[in-house]
Amino acid sequence: MATETATNRLARLLTMVPWLVNRQGIELEEAARGLDVTVEQLESDLNLLFLCGYGQMPDELIEADWEEGRVFVGNAETISRPLRLGVDEAVTLIVGLKTLLEVPGLTERDAIERALGKLEAAAGSAAEPATRVSVDLGDGGVDSELLARARAGVQEHRRLHLTYHVPGRDESTERDVDPMRVIAAEGHWYLEGWCHRAEGVRVFRLDRVEALDLLDEDGTPPEGVAPRELGESIFSPTEDDLLVTVRLLPGALWVSDYYPVESSVDEEDGSRTITLRTADTAWIERLVLRMSGHAVVVAPRDLTERIAARALAALAPQTHDVD
Amino acid sequence: MSAATGPAAKTERLLNLVLVLLYTRRPLSKAQIRGLVPQYGETASTESFDRMFERDKDELRALGVPLVTEEIDVLHEDEPGYRIHQRDYALPDLEFEPDELAVLGLASRSWAQASMAGPAAQALRKLRAAGVERDEGALIGIEPRLRTTEPAFEAVKDAVLSRTPITFAYRRPERGEAQVRKVQPWSLVQWHGRWYLAAFDLDREDTRVFRLSRIDGAVRSAGKPGSFEVPAGHQARVMVERSAPRGEARPVRLAVRPGAAHSLRRRATSCEEADSGWSELTLDFHDVDGFAAEVAGHADDVRVLEPVDLLEQVQTNLRATLAAHEAGL
Repeated sequence: MATETATNRLARLLTMVPWLVNRQGIELEEAARGLDVTVEQLESDLNLLFLCGYGQMPDELIEADWEEGRVFVGNAETISRPLRLGVDEAVTLIVGLKTLLEVPGLTERDAIERALGKLEAAAGSAAEPATRVSVDLGDGGVDSELLARARAGVQEHRRLHLTYHVPGRDESTERDVDPMRVIAAEGHWYLEGWCHRAEGVRVFRLDRVEALDLLDEDGTPPEGVAPRELGESIFSPTEDDLLVTVRLLPGALWVSDYYPVESSVDEEDGSRTITLRTADTAWIERLVLRMSGHAVVVAPRDLTERIAARALAALAPQTHDVD
Repeated sequence: MSAATGPAAKTERLLNLVLVLLYTRRPLSKAQIRGLVPQYGETASTESFDRMFERDKDELRALGVPLVTEEIDVLHEDEPGYRIHQRDYALPDLEFEPDELAVLGLASRSWAQASMAGPAAQALRKLRAAGVERDEGALIGIEPRLRTTEPAFEAVKDAVLSRTPITFAYRRPERGEAQVRKVQPWSLVQWHGRWYLAAFDLDREDTRVFRLSRIDGAVRSAGKPGSFEVPAGHQARVMVERSAPRGEARPVRLAVRPGAAHSLRRRATSCEEADSGWSELTLDFHDVDGFAAEVAGHADDVRVLEPVDLLEQVQTNLRATLAAHEAGL
């Protein structure tokens, strides 16, 4: 919040007041949580509010009281309704809803259509630019019936049996999974759940699932197990993972936009040096090998050597005869 | 707290201005406003008050506050008055069913980055201001996650929403040099997980599709907001799909090491095992460059048997990779 501008703070206050007016006596901590601010920030906001009014006579000022740990806001009729939705606000929700509408086989279409209708009516002209932003989740190479079974597993808390191809090791595995959610991200569909084989929360890319069966067993994940916080990427690296340094030439700078980089430094010559943390270097090898020298592994040295050796082996005269 | 500078004082001043203009039943003159908003009363001169008030008006309007100018009365016809009409200011009363709130919550949470997640959360809070809170109950079972990590995203999004012409440097993978482009940004599309701008290129006088991740450096405005119209028949997605490199489908024969290159095996139209244990796959490809890069990614796990032009392209790629890596050893 350190960088919040005066107008952004005003926008936040104009949303906060109606929210609080409709929740008189709400506990300070609960209010801060609901408003997604710290308690200190909320107190500072309330301190600012009661200095403001449509005049400067005491009965013209907003009343704000939180002495007993419960928040009361009064004499704020003029701003007791939220400001209309701004363009960004309307667009984010409308595009989000339309994206949901495109999910194959979704049973909540009716609710989405109703919400969309009300939202568009309420947003008025702010809704118009939303027609110029769209998201095509696509099927990501996933069979729609398989996707529907995965979703049914989540909704009905039923265990799933997967035949899953592990790309790093390039092998097929069988496993039982208690599903938590299905995620669509970065052009792919994923299933996150408690994997009995790994005894941990795992994310599976659905286009690598060869078979998925809905079992009749209860699939509630063990108590206390929660989906992971999704940061910049679906796959969150851990401290144990290997740190790989890659130099990107100008034609390959996009790599740093698509993969979770730990650090990124732009060099004088227009190249960019990035570091990535990963448990499995197979995908980095594949990525670098397809970049025609525009991406170069700088460290660790044995990975650089391995990529050079694999390129050399691929260029060697054929050692076997397929015919 | 009465210091006229600093962000807190400015928020206080702007909030007072909003309250005064919403409360009034008739348009207020600048002099009246200066008397009612204490931070204006403290300004040193009429000129500095005027400058401050002009800026504040613009900022409130940019925020979406419908601050209007109206004639005060016949006696003051030279002097404009200002006010904010409650009916234009307030979000209309809305009632959402629990299942509608559930999908709205999901829509709001699908934006992964702050630049879009912030407005989405704010919007949801406005819709829920009136009270209804329940949302966790309904389980939809899927979560779209819309990433907007491209550095150019925010500037391009603003330009698309406000219909403002823009200029930027654009880098195409096959050429190192970035080229300056000047466009009317028509629409933004996320397709296969990537953001694209469908636009009218003002120099090439034709429609073009740009991948946001290839925009290099700053996006600058090159005209006024609302200064062009997007043609009624514009179909963004069709344009983006067509722009994806897709030549004629051609067959390829590949030899694949046992257990390797699963992604290619899945697309194979036929697969035969050779005595060596390697598989011989046949599949179709469209774009030599893109497919050659994919094959090169598998290095010594995959060999191209035919066609020759694809084999040569793969080998060119691998030689470049080899040279670049040997140079560092």
